[in-house]
Amino acid sequence: MKLVVNDETHEVSARTLAALIDELGYSGARIATALDGVFVPAPQRERTPIIEGMRVEIVAPMQGG
Amino acid sequence: MSAEFYGTTLSSPLMLGTAQYPSPDILRAAVLAAQPGVVTVSLRREGARARAGQAFWSLIQELGVPVLPNTAGCHTVKEAVTTAHMAREVFGTDWIKLEVIGEQDTLQPDVFGLVEAARILAEDGFKVFPYTTEDLVVAERLMAAGCEVLMPWGAPIGSGRGLNNVFGLRALRAHFPGVPLVVDAGIGVPSHAAQALELGYDAVLINTAVAKAGDPALMARAFRLAVEAGALARTADPMEERDMAAPSTPLAGKALLG
Repeated sequence: MKLVVNDETHEVSARTLAALIDELGYSGARIATALDGVFVPAPQRERTPIIEGMRVEIVAPMQGG
Repeated sequence: MSAEFYGTTLSSPLMLGTAQYPSPDILRAAVLAAQPGVVTVSLRREGARARAGQAFWSLIQELGVPVLPNTAGCHTVKEAVTTAHMAREVFGTDWIKLEVIGEQDTLQPDVFGLVEAARILAEDGFKVFPYTTEDLVVAERLMAAGCEVLMPWGAPIGSGRGLNNVFGLRALRAHFPGVPLVVDAGIGVPSHAAQALELGYDAVLINTAVAKAGDPALMARAFRLAVEAGALARTADPMEERDMAAPSTPLAGKALLG
């Protein structure tokens, strides 16, 4: 299944957002996620399905002013 | 007497941004020299392999300064609100420096979107620090939307031009005597920061002026001393300005020599 993660296309086998995070190597990282522009809180990732073509954003702390 | 920001007294009226430093080590040195009350932070896309954000987060935790996440770069209400939710989860705080940018050349806030986003976030339990202009009516709307702090700009972000509209900032201070006010954006040198504190502002937020100085750590120390001087001067109640000279040396007893 193809997904767009942070503007890059990925071929993945995960079926939930939590599994996707593991598959892409973000396990244990301090991140927040959004699916198609909608914030998905961490506790909901396990039960949030992902489907072909979805746009996933994965963000983390960064320097800011 | 230090102001309370949503019930919290900061250890310093200096708020320091963490962006644009030449290296993480120089950022660390600048924070240690500035001893800021908060540091501002942001969110960006994270690469699974590079994990740059995780290294940055470790540095911030090591420094032990409270964080104020921002919604920098957001141009719409939806973007800003979603970013705020992500920031609350990542940084574990309901404080948010709300930016809704309306114009690319000046990076001035879209005050209409700002008020709308502030209302949505305040209703959702966020403690909103809105980056706004010095406009009194917008300020009233932000307060009505649930903001308990206002952050007017001094000048456009990164411009270093100081307090462009001292009259407007003074009017805002007079209009909201009990509201914590922070000059955010545009401060270029420590005298600008001291001036903001002398006007009665409760804090200043500085990033580029420190990060882009030739010696950021030294400049950070200069800003720390400037805000201390400004705050002391405010407490000491500055003299009134006057148009004409008034001799400071008494004339009584002056010898007749002419």
